[in-house]
Amino acid sequence: MRVTITVNGERREADDVWEGESLLYVLRERMGLSGSKNACEQGECGSCTVYLDDVTCCACLVAAGQADGRRVDTVEGLNQHGSEGELHPVQQAFVEAGAVQCGFCTPGLLVATHDLLARDPDPDDSEIREALAGNLCRCTGYEKIIDAVRLAAERLR
Amino acid sequence: MTGSTTERTRVGAPGGVGESPLRPDGILKVTGEFAYGSDLWMDDMLWGVTLRSPHPYARIVRVDLTEALRTAGVFAVLTHDDVPGSKFFGLEHQDQPVLAIDTVRYQGEPVALVAADHPETAHRAAQKIVVEYDVLEPVTDARTALLPDAPRLHPGGNLVRHVKVRTGNPHPTAEIVVSGDYEVGMQDQAFLGPESGLAVPDGTGGVDLYVATQWLHVDQRQVCAALGLGPDRVRLQLAGVGGAFGGREDLSMHVHGCLLALHTGKPVKMVYNREESFFGHVHRHPASMHYEYGADRDGKLVYARATVHLDGGAYASSTPAVVGNAGTMGLGPYEIPNIAMDCYGAYTNNPPCGAMRGFGSVQTAFAVEAVMDKLAAAVGVDPVEIRVRNGFSEGSRAPTGQVIDSAAPVAELVERLRAMPLPGLDRLDQRGQVDLRRLPGGVANTTHGEGVRRGVGYAVAYKNVAFSEGFDDYSTARVRLGIVGHEPVVTVHTAAAEVGQGLVTIEQQICRTELGVESVVVAPKDTQVGSAGSSSASRQTYVTGGAVKAACESVRRMVLARAAERLGTDEAGLRLEDGAVSDRTGAAITLVDLLGTDVVEDTVEWRHRPTYPIDPETGQGDAHVQYAFAAHRAVVDVDVELGLVKVVELACTQDVGRALNPSAVVGQIQGGSTQGMGLALMEEIQIVEGRITNPSFTDYLIPTILDTPPMPIEVLEYADPHAPYGLRGVGEAPTISSGPAVAAAVRAATGLDLRRVPIRPEDVTGTR
Repeated sequence: MRVTITVNGERREADDVWEGESLLYVLRERMGLSGSKNACEQGECGSCTVYLDDVTCCACLVAAGQADGRRVDTVEGLNQHGSEGELHPVQQAFVEAGAVQCGFCTPGLLVATHDLLARDPDPDDSEIREALAGNLCRCTGYEKIIDAVRLAAERLR
Repeated sequence: MTGSTTERTRVGAPGGVGESPLRPDGILKVTGEFAYGSDLWMDDMLWGVTLRSPHPYARIVRVDLTEALRTAGVFAVLTHDDVPGSKFFGLEHQDQPVLAIDTVRYQGEPVALVAADHPETAHRAAQKIVVEYDVLEPVTDARTALLPDAPRLHPGGNLVRHVKVRTGNPHPTAEIVVSGDYEVGMQDQAFLGPESGLAVPDGTGGVDLYVATQWLHVDQRQVCAALGLGPDRVRLQLAGVGGAFGGREDLSMHVHGCLLALHTGKPVKMVYNREESFFGHVHRHPASMHYEYGADRDGKLVYARATVHLDGGAYASSTPAVVGNAGTMGLGPYEIPNIAMDCYGAYTNNPPCGAMRGFGSVQTAFAVEAVMDKLAAAVGVDPVEIRVRNGFSEGSRAPTGQVIDSAAPVAELVERLRAMPLPGLDRLDQRGQVDLRRLPGGVANTTHGEGVRRGVGYAVAYKNVAFSEGFDDYSTARVRLGIVGHEPVVTVHTAAAEVGQGLVTIEQQICRTELGVESVVVAPKDTQVGSAGSSSASRQTYVTGGAVKAACESVRRMVLARAAERLGTDEAGLRLEDGAVSDRTGAAITLVDLLGTDVVEDTVEWRHRPTYPIDPETGQGDAHVQYAFAAHRAVVDVDVELGLVKVVELACTQDVGRALNPSAVVGQIQGGSTQGMGLALMEEIQIVEGRITNPSFTDYLIPTILDTPPMPIEVLEYADPHAPYGLRGVGEAPTISSGPAVAAAVRAATGLDLRRVPIRPEDVTGTR
């Protein structure tokens, strides 16, 4: 089947998509957008978190056909309103705070943090933990991720 | 950072040693552009999949590939018949078949491979391969595997290694004797980036393999052997690695991908999904341990007796080295004059076990620290005091007889922890209501504080840094200094795997400090330069850092000699800083002027001081090059009615010798502490009759951000005079002490003995 998705503001098409393919597979393998990650492919780790029509979800749990005709925003599009080559404040904060080690969880955490700060510009630590509880990280122990979220929140306010 | 006794190395350029510059791969990782193994892609590439054994132990009677080969879109279906070189591989013993031949020894053992134009096509074709098995009764326990009547799983029997340590009086007595039997479950590394890689045939019979791994050269050696090709025909390059923690020391898709690529003449990508990943790498050895410590009435240790059984699973992997660590360091960082320690690693039909962060020391620390707490209670002192009275200090003799010849501040580590303020009991939010997120059970709303008891526990860790027991442990660095676009630029090339820890940043920092040049390019990690050894054993900053430092020093000598000639002065007074060479009089020449279009380069192989094998009967010998020390204090709230545990705080003190990158050091401690906590409370690969029952992140739990507490950290810097910059390996020690501290805290909260980790709710409620 053919799947048409507006990805990061750009209309994209994929042909010969098998019905069993996930949105994650189509993004990664058919559209060249490998920023969304394939850590568990069962909706447990949050590494593939994307926006689907402005609501965050695990791209691995969405059948590609379900995304047909809809808008998807991924880590690659986080700074689509910023200038070329510049990072979104959430991305910048993760790098500066040392919240990135292996980085495999990072794209999902960035989208989840972007979503949290859009809803709540000044979350306390408990709220940060609750909002990011669906994103597993195996390297950092999360402390520097919380630092990064605080730093990003401060800069965005 | 506290307690530095080192003279600070001068900073030759901004972003050098001792600072925390941003990591060079950070921007690519936050924009989604960083290419991990599973992101690689080529036109016309195929997808490879692995057919694995459903049985823990069986003979293969017949394999029929006919239907699989007939599947449209399939390009190759391979078995052991298609392995042209050595049909066995392994890190220490070559005992593991590349593809099963006539026997499978664990559930998940690779039997056949398929390459197809779509991953689903490949998976469906693999399901059409007919394998007829004669199923055998599996051996599923390390102790019974060593009994004389157990089935022999390998030609040499089921014992992989036995380490004996014997010192002092063989029949000691003591006024106070404490003992216990302890068990540790099988932990998974649970790196987030699954096993993955891309094999690309070069058209002339060779292959380029891009793979997420920990040690390119040991992979290359094994791939070459299996393919029957020389190292010039099998080139490896590191693909982006999504975490490792020991789980990438062994081969996964390496040979399989290359076989399929060479057979089809096309690039082949292999990516395990999470379920396959649980079968696709080795795990942390489960352990069963009997410990008995004797002490005088002041709690000073007189003797230790211990027996440790580690379940190595179906193949040896790094079991011999894990047994070596558990045997030589399995009695904790305590002075004990009389010792009888036996540590066994056995083959079974459970999943193969090998390297995981902490490597043999994690398991034994659970037993040691529990017994030490028992001793404290028997003597009537607190857990900190018993560790102060017995802990190593510089000059102490380890159980191997090795004298510890640099800082070993066990007493200070625990005393600093005790002095740190304890977290309060406040559970109310800003509106004055109970904040469920601060309670066991969380927003599941299982308690508002009733039945909740608090406990505090302490534990200490020590761990060897780098490879031991006489292993020729070295790294290779190539450093080049030249002028690019009117600026001096250093290029550093090593094969050391960046797995997330930040070694690429360290390499840049060392070059900046040693060569006084800010712009440092880290070349891709590949086999075009000599081996760096493994990104394991807390060793890369020490060993590859040492190699980079030595290569920089060589380049610096050449630059200074050249400058001395140009300035007409003696080399001795020259300094290389901020892109220029200057002498004491202030005369200077920039590197741009000095070098012009010339390049100064050297490649250096660097070794730490030698280690030695241990005596097979007594375990005596200078087996280790350096020890790392850490300690934890855990504070937990336990709902004793439901058995739920909330870790409130996990404080850590660690001596790192010298923090080359303080931010990265803290990141290692936080991440390592969290993994140890996970093993204490939730992480276990559950095995029933040799079969994994929870191969998913739904059923194998790792700590989330809600499970993980604040982690106050004090970093001590007592320089090791034998190590580059005085540094001490950092990565593993915190993984060792955090779990035992959590277990101790749960014991303190509940009054229960709790002899097994992970501690399950039913262990606390007594309903098991």
